[in-house]
Amino acid sequence: MRLIWEGLLQAIRLLLSGNAEVWEITLLSLQVSGLATSISLLIGLPLGTGLALGRFRGRQLALSLVNTGMALPPVVVGLIVSIFLWRSGPLGDFRLIYTPGAIVIAQLIIAAPVVTGLTVAALQQIDPRLRLQLLGLGASRGQVIWALWREARLPLLAALMAGFGSVISEVGASMMVGGNIRHQTRVLTTAIVLETGKGEFASAIALSLLLLFLAFLVNLVLTWVQQQSTRGER
Amino acid sequence: MTALFEIHDLLIHRQGQPVLSIDRLAVEEGEILAVIGPNGAGKSTLLLALARLLQPTIGQILFRGQPIPHDLTYRRRIALVLQDPLLLNTSVYNNVAAGLRFRRLPRIAIDNRVRDWLTRLGIDALRDRPAPRLSGGEAQRASLARALVLQPELLLLDEPFGALDAPTRARLIDDLQVLLKSTATTTVFVTHDQDEAMLLGDRVAVLLEGRLRQIGTPEAIFSAPADAEVAAFVGVETVIAGRVTQAQEGLLTIQAHGFTLEAVGDFSAGRSVLFCLRPEDVTLWAEAGMGKGSARNQVTGKITRMTLQGPLVRIIVDCGFPLVSLVTRASAKQMGLGEGQPVTATFKASAVHLIPRG
Repeated sequence: MRLIWEGLLQAIRLLLSGNAEVWEITLLSLQVSGLATSISLLIGLPLGTGLALGRFRGRQLALSLVNTGMALPPVVVGLIVSIFLWRSGPLGDFRLIYTPGAIVIAQLIIAAPVVTGLTVAALQQIDPRLRLQLLGLGASRGQVIWALWREARLPLLAALMAGFGSVISEVGASMMVGGNIRHQTRVLTTAIVLETGKGEFASAIALSLLLLFLAFLVNLVLTWVQQQSTRGER
Repeated sequence: MTALFEIHDLLIHRQGQPVLSIDRLAVEEGEILAVIGPNGAGKSTLLLALARLLQPTIGQILFRGQPIPHDLTYRRRIALVLQDPLLLNTSVYNNVAAGLRFRRLPRIAIDNRVRDWLTRLGIDALRDRPAPRLSGGEAQRASLARALVLQPELLLLDEPFGALDAPTRARLIDDLQVLLKSTATTTVFVTHDQDEAMLLGDRVAVLLEGRLRQIGTPEAIFSAPADAEVAAFVGVETVIAGRVTQAQEGLLTIQAHGFTLEAVGDFSAGRSVLFCLRPEDVTLWAEAGMGKGSARNQVTGKITRMTLQGPLVRIIVDCGFPLVSLVTRASAKQMGLGEGQPVTATFKASAVHLIPRG
């Protein structure tokens, strides 16, 4: 018990002291996961919309692939991205391995299927006749999609939260493609693994608290946006 | 009057099956056409084709004399209301404004028109209420306001009263009739309910199994159906086969199931006909030989079944053929009618509608 208490106290001290390295790690985590989630939204929203509303050959297969992708183990993603980005790998010339860019790529591969799959689910909940009704009121195809997104805004924001949640907490891929290099690619999760390995429980606890707080904060903001948008605005 | 739209030799397949085939149908400007038919008769298909949301397999629809272009401009001249209100999850105001916003009208114009139509449909007080918190009738009014606010050249309504309770429905039908007539909105309105069709339609079209079987004034459809199936659908419940034995100045004598009956019509002797009667035109008498008044026809039989239908009782009399009659509960009670009881049924020659057979 003493171990936990002392760890907690030290963690709080560490956080309050404004340790520069801790903030650097936190900021990088936020940047990398935020960027990966944003890009996965840019990919997942149109892709998920196409899969949910479109009728084309291969749709079932594409849906199964996306659903499988939602459960991709981060270490497998880490391995694949490592192979591709490795200096002698197919994309080695870009010299991305062990850079924050590599972590963004790996996290994007983890988050994009989550956002896509949940977008499909969100849009499929809507009565399909609503599309017909909107067209019958003179909506263009684009206006129909925009109206359906608005209609599914709550589950779509949930999709975004799930995407962010899947990458901010992920450690395997970040470790493998980022390398946990101090001042360069060290993010919260990889730092926690390192500190725990060294027996530095206070630091590990402090970083864990930060990670939890960060996840909480981002979801708090998104939930607030979500609830705002449910009010019948004029 | 000119035709707003004309359908020529239209054939529509869905999933490889023919679902709608109409040789010709024209609707005048300002007219309300009620399309009736049972479920699966192709009514909704017709509306979707008119809304250009469904491509005809063969044939064409002319709108103001021109083939309908497959683009947004046409869809912005009409409005379609589907069966369920299908409102967006936002305020009533935003729902009614939706179509005008699609058309990118100026904000002030939208506001004026939305307010106007909210008032006209009596839902002004619900302006800020979220759509999910509306009752069925309120939602349907919002849905109609959403279409009418567009001032469409053609309004297409798919069973707009289907899900409403009777009093709500009656009020909404009244209001809608006034609105459609005052705005002279050309309307095609689909229903399986003959009362709605009679109340709202300037003309009624009967659609059975994807084919237009009859079109005419409500009176013509309901009193003079073109064939036995139309008759059955529009509520002519007694249809019996007979033969004209005598024809004199429009008064016909007909032999049917051993009875000699009289009807009015233009058929020559020897012609096979279907003899059609609406249940409300048949009067019952508790005792044999009691028939009187101007009714020329009298048949006898036994009551086989009595069922309540609102304030009325539907009575089936076996006269060698099933004869259906509607009487008020009060008179059924007064006459002491009951199942198994012998009765006399009378009806006027003018109440009979004859359909030529074979």
